[in-house]
Amino acid sequence: MADSDVKAMTAEIECPTFDQPAFTRSKPLSECTVAIVTTASLHHADQPDFGGNDATYRVLDGSRRDLVLGHWSPNFDASGYALDTNVVFPIDRLRELAVSGRIGGVAQRHLSYAGNQFELSTIRLDSGPAGAKMLRDEGVDVVIFTPV
Amino acid sequence: MSVLAHVFEAAGLATVALGSIRSQIERTAPPRGLFCDFPLGRPLGRPNDPAFQHRVLAHALDLVEHATGPTLETFAEAIVDDGDTATSCPLPPRHDASLPPAVDEARGLRPAFDRAVAAHGDLAAAGRVVQPDGIPAAVAAFVAVANGTPWKQAGIPGVPARVAQDIRGYYETAALALIEHTPAAWETTRWFIHHTEAGAAITAARAAMQAGGEKMALWFYLVPNGI
Repeated sequence: MADSDVKAMTAEIECPTFDQPAFTRSKPLSECTVAIVTTASLHHADQPDFGGNDATYRVLDGSRRDLVLGHWSPNFDASGYALDTNVVFPIDRLRELAVSGRIGGVAQRHLSYAGNQFELSTIRLDSGPAGAKMLRDEGVDVVIFTPV
Repeated sequence: MSVLAHVFEAAGLATVALGSIRSQIERTAPPRGLFCDFPLGRPLGRPNDPAFQHRVLAHALDLVEHATGPTLETFAEAIVDDGDTATSCPLPPRHDASLPPAVDEARGLRPAFDRAVAAHGDLAAAGRVVQPDGIPAAVAAFVAVANGTPWKQAGIPGVPARVAQDIRGYYETAALALIEHTPAAWETTRWFIHHTEAGAAITAARAAMQAGGEKMALWFYLVPNGI
């Protein structure tokens, strides 16, 4: 079997739908501060590991490299991340884009959630809005979401 | 992930979500989605390939800048897993014949593991629940389950799937010090599952737990399904 078979296992997973999805227009990117929000359960080594059914988030300091991959699922490749964190958390690439002027800047702090959620109320009503507010309050304009 | 994208967008942030499972990103329909046909675990595509990663980000940021409503596009380049390739990686010779082969093997890989951590960091290795010093004992617990000991009596030092994940991380990290190339996705996983004693022990423990009528959630996640 192959990666495509692992993906096929998700075909029957029930997905939430949003009848009236929000859409926020962006300023020119050269004026935007960009943050990464990942659902790879990344956390700093001195932060609590994610639990098996954990709907909280961790705040990631963009200047630190100790980003432990804490996702509970066995169904993804971790060797790429072990070699190059940018394959999940492209902080170096964003910094290069800021230097080139393509984006206005890179956020100081980023967020990590656990992608393996079985009950979505907390993410949708509590920890999701709280994380978004934190980034907004810190001047973030654009968010790139990455899974594993 | 797409639920979060909807929530963050509603809070006034412009978002773009990368997704590697087409059916999921189609059904969850984030405000801006970029389907990237890459193996799971590598949403930016290729490790140690900044040019490739920049091409992914360029497309994603183009969506942020130019899309005027909910949109889903597909990245132009795909990375296909052949479903077969396993890393060709040396294993330590037998050292202590009094130990089960899997435990002896885990001990023998420790220098390679330490070299890999020194080179790349301890980011996807052991340590979430089992520290590196505890890996041989954790392997021994799965050997015991494979040989018929009920899992609750085998001394598995934590939730079985989480412990198995740390053993796999220990091995796959050690492999990075024993090969010369950047492995394709799943290469080191297939090596661990199909070519190491520890991978065989966990796979056998999984089968024993299933045959013993244990709850599926306890054994199903011990190894990737079908890799």
